[in-house]
Amino acid sequence: MAVDIYIRRRAVNLVAMVLSGCAAAGGLVFLVWILWITLKNGIAALDLKLFTKITAYADQGGLANAIVGSLTMDAIALAICAPVGILAGTFLAEYANRTRLGATIRFLNDILLSAPSIVLGLFVYVIVVLPMSNLTHGAVSFSGLAGAIALALIGLPVIVRTTDEMLQLVPGTLREAALSLGIPQWKLTTQVLMRAALSGIVTGVLLALARLAGETAPLLFTAFGNNFMAFHPLDKMESLPVAIYQYTNDPNPALHAIAWAGALLITFFVLLLSLGARAFLKPHRSSHD
Amino acid sequence: MSSNPAIAVTSADRRSHRDARHDAWFHRSLKACALLVLAVLLGAALSTLWGGREVLFGQGWHFLTSDAWNPVADDYGALAPIFGTLVTSLIALVLAVPLSFGIALFLTEIAPTWLRGPVATAIELLASIPSIIYGMWGLFVFVPFMARIEPALSDTLGRIPLLGKLFEGPPLGLGLLTAGIVLAVMILPFICSVMREVFRTVPNRLKESAYALGSTTWEVVWNIVLPYTRSAVIGGIFLGLGRALGETMAVTFVLGNAYDITSSLLMPGTSISSSIANEFNEAVGTHRSALIALGFLLFVVTFVVLLISRLMLRRLARRAGA
Repeated sequence: MAVDIYIRRRAVNLVAMVLSGCAAAGGLVFLVWILWITLKNGIAALDLKLFTKITAYADQGGLANAIVGSLTMDAIALAICAPVGILAGTFLAEYANRTRLGATIRFLNDILLSAPSIVLGLFVYVIVVLPMSNLTHGAVSFSGLAGAIALALIGLPVIVRTTDEMLQLVPGTLREAALSLGIPQWKLTTQVLMRAALSGIVTGVLLALARLAGETAPLLFTAFGNNFMAFHPLDKMESLPVAIYQYTNDPNPALHAIAWAGALLITFFVLLLSLGARAFLKPHRSSHD
Repeated sequence: MSSNPAIAVTSADRRSHRDARHDAWFHRSLKACALLVLAVLLGAALSTLWGGREVLFGQGWHFLTSDAWNPVADDYGALAPIFGTLVTSLIALVLAVPLSFGIALFLTEIAPTWLRGPVATAIELLASIPSIIYGMWGLFVFVPFMARIEPALSDTLGRIPLLGKLFEGPPLGLGLLTAGIVLAVMILPFICSVMREVFRTVPNRLKESAYALGSTTWEVVWNIVLPYTRSAVIGGIFLGLGRALGETMAVTFVLGNAYDITSSLLMPGTSISSSIANEFNEAVGTHRSALIALGFLLFVVTFVVLLISRLMLRRLARRAGA
């Protein structure tokens, strides 16, 4: 009897171990499957035309305007969300660490981190695109700037959270030492603490870039799309994810090939960024303790 | 001679005044930036409420309870998109929760130490793949794959009474089940990383005591680790649910975009986010208002789900801190 129970427990354990190993293998299978398909189809369609011709030529063209548009909007988005996010994160870590306001903002920031990006797109549509169109009597409606603002809202909570966490890792003795020399707090924050946490803050900005660079949904009704090259932030702007979306929806297989090439560009840009951000942080973290 | 100390005092005074003023301004601008986070959340809720007011207040309950979606007659009901969103998210949870648990178990208890880092990073990479890539892969690779598998599903699971209703219908490849599976892969890394993190907070002496009494690894995980981390694990599951509810691009490609409420998971459907993504740019007037109202519903639901998630997760953080 006792031996039976013993054998049964061992068997249950073995089954659980095997299933858990299978789960891990299953997760890896999906990762490899998706990356392999992207790599295979993307490389097959990789071509110089991709970088020199615009989407107006359809299957004879490339993605030049989409790449330029994506880079422009990502840059503007970062220029908006990096300073705001870093300052907000600093507020949470240095001024409101133990206050109720700080706890509330930190809590809501975590919610914003996972909020549906399409709703943020609608938000920007209602507060930026509609008023602009009303003000200019329709001359300016969808714009690269509106797209960039939507992207900035996606990146913002990532930067706030990382900055907050990284500043909290800075030892308190550093603050006390600086304050005892009579430094005002703003100098302490900008010249001592931010410098100590610099690599962590940069990591946060890189992670935010990785997150917002692949976003499609919030761009659909803010930047809209544009088959021609656009540099002015108040013009409609094409972006890589939106171009991929449009080409994938098209029945023409030649456009699917171009979409795969775009998918390859964006996937590896994003994956390298997030891997790079991790690698950037690791040596720093271990050197602290 | 006698005036020197006085001057020193006033200049030091002036400097400390100036510092205090700068500090106050610095404090205020930091606070303004932090309050912006609140403003974004509040603004997202209010602006979608405002944009959808025509339908939300004009039609009221009809909007929530009707399954009609007819842009020609300007008659809108949110039931079909809500149904699609809930069903796909539930399928995703049913698949992703046991998988994430298995992976977290593997990464914290079973795998040799040298393997844990690389596997954990690989699973987390699943989270950084853009959702449009999941959509392309889903449409071009996974949908044909499912179209080949679905006849077998109908033949086996479809014969079970009651449960079989879920697996009836033509093997289109597109549909609720396919969308649910793609969503499961997308939310798996989020649930898994929460589980892995909280499993590691279990005090070693608890686990070692159980091992010392002769428990197997599975018994330790099921009877010690899981009860100890229960609230955070539920928090992680709700986090995954919140992600699944709001996911747009991947679902849009594989769901089929049909305003139907069906008992079969193999049939195409629609979801809140995919309706918005598909129709918004062609919509005008009431139609556009209906789509923004859908966005408001989605925001409220995900906000509540994520709120629960964070509350559950915070409880554990407090205990770990104590």
